[in-house]
Amino acid sequence: MKSILNKAVLTLGTLFMAFELSAQNEGASGSTIFIYTLVGIAVILFFGMLINVADNLIGIEAKQNNINVEDGGLALIPGFKHLFGGKVADYTADSPVTILRRGHDILLEGEATGAVKEASGVTRFAVQPPSFRGLQPIPKMTVEVGASVKAGDQIFFDKQMPDVAFVAPVSGEVIELNRGAKRAIAEIVILADKKQEYRSFSQPDIKTADRETIVNFMKESGAWSLLRQRPYNTIPNPEVTPRDIFVSTFDSAPLAPDSAVVVAGQEAAFQAGIDVLARLTDGQVHLGLDGRGDTAPPAVFTQAANASKRYFKGKHPVGNVGVQIHHTAPIGGSDTVWALGVQEVITLGKLFQEGHFDASRVVALTGSELEAPHYVRTYAGANVGELLKGSLKEENVRVISGDVLSGEQKAMNNYLNFYDDQITVIKEGDYFEMFGWLLPLSPRPTISNTFPNFLFPKVKFEGDTNTHGEKRAFVVTNDYEQVMPMDVYPQQIMKSILINDIERMEGLGILELVEEDVALCEFVCVSKQPLQQILREGLETMREQG
Amino acid sequence: MKKALLNFFERIEPDKAKSPLLHTAYDAFFTFAFTPDTVTAKGVHIRDGMDLKRTMVTVVVALQLLYVFGTYNIGNQHFHALGMYTGTFEAIHLKIFYGLVKILPIFVVTHVVGLGVEFYYAAKKGHAVEEGFLVSGALIPLIMPPDIPLWILSVAIIFAVVIGKEAFGGTGMNILNIALLARVFVFFAYPTYISGDEVWIAGIEKVGAGAYAGQEYGGIYGILDSIFGSFGWATFGEGKQAVVDGFTGATPLGLAAKGGWAAVTEHYTVSDMWWGHIPGSIGETSKPLILLGALMLVFTKVADWRIMVSAIVGFVACGLMINGIAPDTFGPETDGIFKFMAVPWYYHFYMGSFFFAMAFMATDPVTGASTATGKWIYGFFIGFIGLIIRILNPAYPEGWMLAILFMNVFAPLIDHYVFEANVNRRAKRQAALAKARGEQ
Repeated sequence: MKSILNKAVLTLGTLFMAFELSAQNEGASGSTIFIYTLVGIAVILFFGMLINVADNLIGIEAKQNNINVEDGGLALIPGFKHLFGGKVADYTADSPVTILRRGHDILLEGEATGAVKEASGVTRFAVQPPSFRGLQPIPKMTVEVGASVKAGDQIFFDKQMPDVAFVAPVSGEVIELNRGAKRAIAEIVILADKKQEYRSFSQPDIKTADRETIVNFMKESGAWSLLRQRPYNTIPNPEVTPRDIFVSTFDSAPLAPDSAVVVAGQEAAFQAGIDVLARLTDGQVHLGLDGRGDTAPPAVFTQAANASKRYFKGKHPVGNVGVQIHHTAPIGGSDTVWALGVQEVITLGKLFQEGHFDASRVVALTGSELEAPHYVRTYAGANVGELLKGSLKEENVRVISGDVLSGEQKAMNNYLNFYDDQITVIKEGDYFEMFGWLLPLSPRPTISNTFPNFLFPKVKFEGDTNTHGEKRAFVVTNDYEQVMPMDVYPQQIMKSILINDIERMEGLGILELVEEDVALCEFVCVSKQPLQQILREGLETMREQG
Repeated sequence: MKKALLNFFERIEPDKAKSPLLHTAYDAFFTFAFTPDTVTAKGVHIRDGMDLKRTMVTVVVALQLLYVFGTYNIGNQHFHALGMYTGTFEAIHLKIFYGLVKILPIFVVTHVVGLGVEFYYAAKKGHAVEEGFLVSGALIPLIMPPDIPLWILSVAIIFAVVIGKEAFGGTGMNILNIALLARVFVFFAYPTYISGDEVWIAGIEKVGAGAYAGQEYGGIYGILDSIFGSFGWATFGEGKQAVVDGFTGATPLGLAAKGGWAAVTEHYTVSDMWWGHIPGSIGETSKPLILLGALMLVFTKVADWRIMVSAIVGFVACGLMINGIAPDTFGPETDGIFKFMAVPWYYHFYMGSFFFAMAFMATDPVTGASTATGKWIYGFFIGFIGLIIRILNPAYPEGWMLAILFMNVFAPLIDHYVFEANVNRRAKRQAALAKARGEQ
């Protein structure tokens, strides 16, 4: 950074010298005040350069004497980084830090707080095949309605990967099989037993077993469904060894659960999960750590063994694993990496510790329309209505499995998606607003400085689902760039998807993106374009082309 | 009130099948009055409060001071040429009403014609009326001379909107800046109405070889006079006064092209040029107000500061270059162009419409480069080429319109290479990673 500054100073200096010369050429006719101003600026720049050079010399001297100059203690003038590059907390000292400048935190009301409560009254759970990307729409069922299953018993498999089992998250009776469009299976509902029973597996030893044994065990026990492969966010092909495995230990999405709450009490299981993952790849397990706060993240993350760690600081989407991959070891070409969330790692670890497929989840019930947003402990695929019973403020709300950016809308009789650990409830925005585009009377989240939001950077918003405008063609060009902390051109990728230019899509880095990475771009989009949907179409096209 | 208005709109909604044009117009006005109640479907559940209407209107708001000043300046220049009311605030009501009589028809015709074309195409294609013309419609009056015949204006706007925009698919799809396309159409089709020394001051007529006089007041001015007279204020009177001695009607640039800076300062002071008390297109003259509007656009991030900064850099670079090759001394035989070349680069900021073009024309997101890197290049060349055209073009001493249209055409090419660079960067990075893995 510093060298760039120096270059800039030098160039400017030279340029102003040139001005001076040209000013001299035209003699006394010009405005003398102007020339004096130029000379003044040149003098200031000259001394600036001198100080800068001296500063660098001191820096070099300090380096030779092994004195740490990074914290700016020795500098005569503060460097570019110290002036503008936000402060990095002390706890990040032992791992590399990536600071991302672009992004935006949408501050919403209704953050979950307090201790984790046991969810009472949740009786129905569902396995939803659409949660797992990359499967054929009609998977092969291995149980029938009426059958009773234990947690960890196989429910279905995909015909392309017949040995990968998708298993029941809870024990109980299969009571429904709901089909969606084109008779695709949407939900397999299980009425949970009061007392959970687990199918017990004889797990291989993490340290001694060979990779194939571990993989086979994971396929058989349902653990394979915990993995997601980048590109495409699909269930990984068991035949492919991933280049690396990435785990983001924090979620920066609006109202996302705090991973410190999630991991509390599960530290050993998390570490065991990391140990398993380390056996599955020839590369490394990368942990993305939260470098945003003043206090260090839980020790289970920062002290995790068998993983390489990197702190990330910035605004959303800094917690997205896709962004972290991009800044750690980007994918492209034929690379595949795997990504997991913290809770999936814990489930994986427990499976290898205890021999049980324990799909218990800490779920954050959040949003402005809940009486008391809080955390509950339940199992993957819990019924949304039963989770939210009696806690809604009003009726006209949108219930979302996941966060407001990339979650999925759910009705009260639907179920939490497999990978989601959050339910958000916000107001529906089905109202007309008079001159809403000109004089909005209610506060709303935005990145635009045409609203007075920049005066109140800490204000939290209710937020609703109104689109605040109609869909238009792409017009504005600098909105996505403000919130996209990756070296990609989102608008151009979208355009190349729309015209189905596969080579261009790949070249511009579509493989590095999944929906959640462009969700913030979609939020800020002035033209109200459905970017996530467009991106998914592009990814599906890419996948079909192989 | 909101409820009553909603009910009213509901009552008057025309049948879409029977009359698509009426329904399109209705829809445009309805969405103008109310943000619709649509909610997010798939994808994000919550949307930014910013939409295209608000973006466009921000630009229009940034132009409002220019409208106020432009209106005043039409009158001010008119009376200045006649040697009347030379004080800035003297008889300000006459100046403003004189300006209003000139600018209102231009504004109304621009919007009626432009929006008419937009509504027609929206109805024909069956989509909502898009907001693009809000900005074009606000820009076009500001870049026209005050005496532009309204029929020429209409033809130019129809050409610009139909050929420049609708032929390419509507808002967001055009290659060339619509407002500039309208102006360039007038420039090439009816050059005598938009170039030369005689068009920049309103209401001055040629009455013989080299003799000019003010227009005859009557009609609307008579009505205004009777109102002003009843207050005891100054009135327009009969008109037909002769212009002051030494009147040229030329803009500072027109003078500079013939006689260099010395010729300019004979007629105008630097402060007049800076504050905008000079003849020119309606909205281009007042530099501080343009910069104020530009600051607003930069702060709200509606326009990209990169284009503005790099346009200034290109301008300065080109100015230095031309100053460098200009001759040092002039004889009596020296051509005007050499004197023009010798005008120091920083004086060029005072003359002409560079700031207006840089702030409001070059920053058009649809026709400009779309990438950050591309914007630096695009802006630089606008500044650079524009000044070349201004100084070295023998026919017409101003270049931003042509430079911006020229760079509009090249913007996709610039972007193409920026994207190529991104593709190559990614490919290289992949190759490096693969190599590192191979060596492990």
